[in-house]
Amino acid sequence: MAGVQQISGRAVALNRRDVDTDQIIPAAWLKLVGRTGFADGLFSAWRSDPSFVLNQPGANQAKILVSGANFGCGSSREHAVWALQDYGFRAVVAPSFADIFRNNCVNSGVVPARVSEEASGRLFATLAADPQAETVVDVAARTVAIPSAGLSELFELDGFAQWQLLEGLDDIALSLRHGTSIEEYEADRPNWLPKVKTL
Amino acid sequence: MTGQRLFDKVWDRHVVASPEGEPVLLYIDLHLVHEVTSPQAFEGLDLARREVRRPDLTLATMDHDVPTIGIDKPIEDPMAAEQIARLRDNCAKHNITLHALGSVEQGIVHVIGPQLGLTQPGMTVVCGDSHTSTHGAFGALAFGIGTSEVEHVLATQTLRQAKPAAMAVNVTGELPSGCTAKDLALGIIRTLGTGGGVGSVIEYRGPAIRALSMEGRMTVCNMSIEGGARAGMISPDDTTFAFLEGRKYSPTGADWEGALDLWRSLATDPDAKFDHEITVDAAALRPAVTWGTNPAQSVSIDDVVPDPAGFATPALQQLAERALTYMDLKPGIAIRDIAVDTVFIGSCTNGRLEDLRQAADVVRGRKVHPRVRALVVPGSGRVKEAAEAEGLDKHFIDAGFEWRSAGCSMCLGMNGDILAPGERSASTSNRNFEGRQGPGGRTHLVSPAVAAATAVAGHFSAPGDL
Repeated sequence: MAGVQQISGRAVALNRRDVDTDQIIPAAWLKLVGRTGFADGLFSAWRSDPSFVLNQPGANQAKILVSGANFGCGSSREHAVWALQDYGFRAVVAPSFADIFRNNCVNSGVVPARVSEEASGRLFATLAADPQAETVVDVAARTVAIPSAGLSELFELDGFAQWQLLEGLDDIALSLRHGTSIEEYEADRPNWLPKVKTL
Repeated sequence: MTGQRLFDKVWDRHVVASPEGEPVLLYIDLHLVHEVTSPQAFEGLDLARREVRRPDLTLATMDHDVPTIGIDKPIEDPMAAEQIARLRDNCAKHNITLHALGSVEQGIVHVIGPQLGLTQPGMTVVCGDSHTSTHGAFGALAFGIGTSEVEHVLATQTLRQAKPAAMAVNVTGELPSGCTAKDLALGIIRTLGTGGGVGSVIEYRGPAIRALSMEGRMTVCNMSIEGGARAGMISPDDTTFAFLEGRKYSPTGADWEGALDLWRSLATDPDAKFDHEITVDAAALRPAVTWGTNPAQSVSIDDVVPDPAGFATPALQQLAERALTYMDLKPGIAIRDIAVDTVFIGSCTNGRLEDLRQAADVVRGRKVHPRVRALVVPGSGRVKEAAEAEGLDKHFIDAGFEWRSAGCSMCLGMNGDILAPGERSASTSNRNFEGRQGPGGRTHLVSPAVAAATAVAGHFSAPGDL
């Protein structure tokens, strides 16, 4: 996975809260067995409405999605992140994220930028006034900025997730560094704990 | 030092390593795998030439897109067939036990774990499915993970996790007669809101929780994620131990006694404090029906569809307006006056034997309304078998229900069991999101008893209305 330092481009403003993963990628799309090919499924039900934000000119060039609180609630499907990624999004900016969705973003290299409700309001207002405005998400500085409007907002991202995103780290390789600790832990587990099969 | 919570005790027992400045590495006791969220994880494993570390702590089944009729015939949907074939291949290749379609042990992943006795108090349980929170009913720490994390667990039997906050949901009083665990779950989520539990593990506490059967506790913990919580847990007690004793994977003999000692020590200490706390009065609840497009949007069956203007914030008002437009409902309509086209009884929320008994009690000797399509989908092959042994299938079939084979079915409509656009359902599942049960479909979440009564009446009804 490639590291991600800075994302600049158009932003799409989807101003509603509780956007659930069934909307981001409907279940019919979950039958795909790869990590690509999801772009047409992204918000597919909402895209049948001509006034939907992704149907506005230039939206298909966008790299940043700005949305409301509790984004990505519902199912654990990482396909939701793959769909956003496949469409071209590299960051989602919202006042809060569902826990599993947030982890899925970090593990797939999409930036979940958590801003305050106030900052979210300012971003929506600025993008409403200038939908084409270039928006910059800076992972190292933990800022989301709209330079043409002189706006720069801080976002929250824990240090480990930030490091993972910046370096594009293989999380499994990192954990396998603790192989000895895992073996020691396993040696101490009670024998009566259930085993599905005897190896 | 203040006392420890159930959650801390289980968490602490599973910390493998806590590297400076990083989330801890948490050991996973049981990893449940299904066809939809695993193929990309196995592919990643193969590409990196990694092995499954603990096939003996991994169990796979097929549930999300399996057919629930004609299961002895080839699967018609080529994409579902391909996904199911992948799971077979991956399990064979990596020596993972698979309860495949056609086996009596096959079923919804969150129904089969507990039924086999694989889910035990104090364990960590994960699965690439958000309703893994179900297993918390046993005092396990159980949560849903994404596919990258599935791959991580397959390779390392651990997960990197920042410790969530601990929230207490205190349920006081006694559930009134006619109210079930599902009504309690919906009542809790109504209080908590869809995002109220984000970043937290909930512990459900209080007399109304203690009074629930294991099936009821599973229903409550199952829906923790609908309030945004990472997991839901209930301290194990004699109800838990009675459920577990004698199951296939439960400890026996001296091991059983040792396990009981440990399990009894897991309860939250009396002086422990929680990071957040809410209280719900069970005695004030009535059978619940959702009116909107998220599980927090519910009212009592005696109530009317609410006016969006009555909600506290502009964001919630806008959400309610959007929901009513989608659901094609107007404020002020009595819930009982809303007619349905389809009734679905099943899912990891309400697809266990107790749920089917509650529904069968209502339909016995009655007929499904002629306009309504009604189906019962048992949560597992074993649930189906047990229900048939009691003759529940006869009551359903005589009433005009379809009696299907086990799977997730219409809860998420991946297998072809779906609503047509504009159709309205009463469903015992967990999510009423837009299009969840099929594009354009309209879902109302209810208990099995209300679903059964609604199937008979053709509009929302409680058993007492019939």
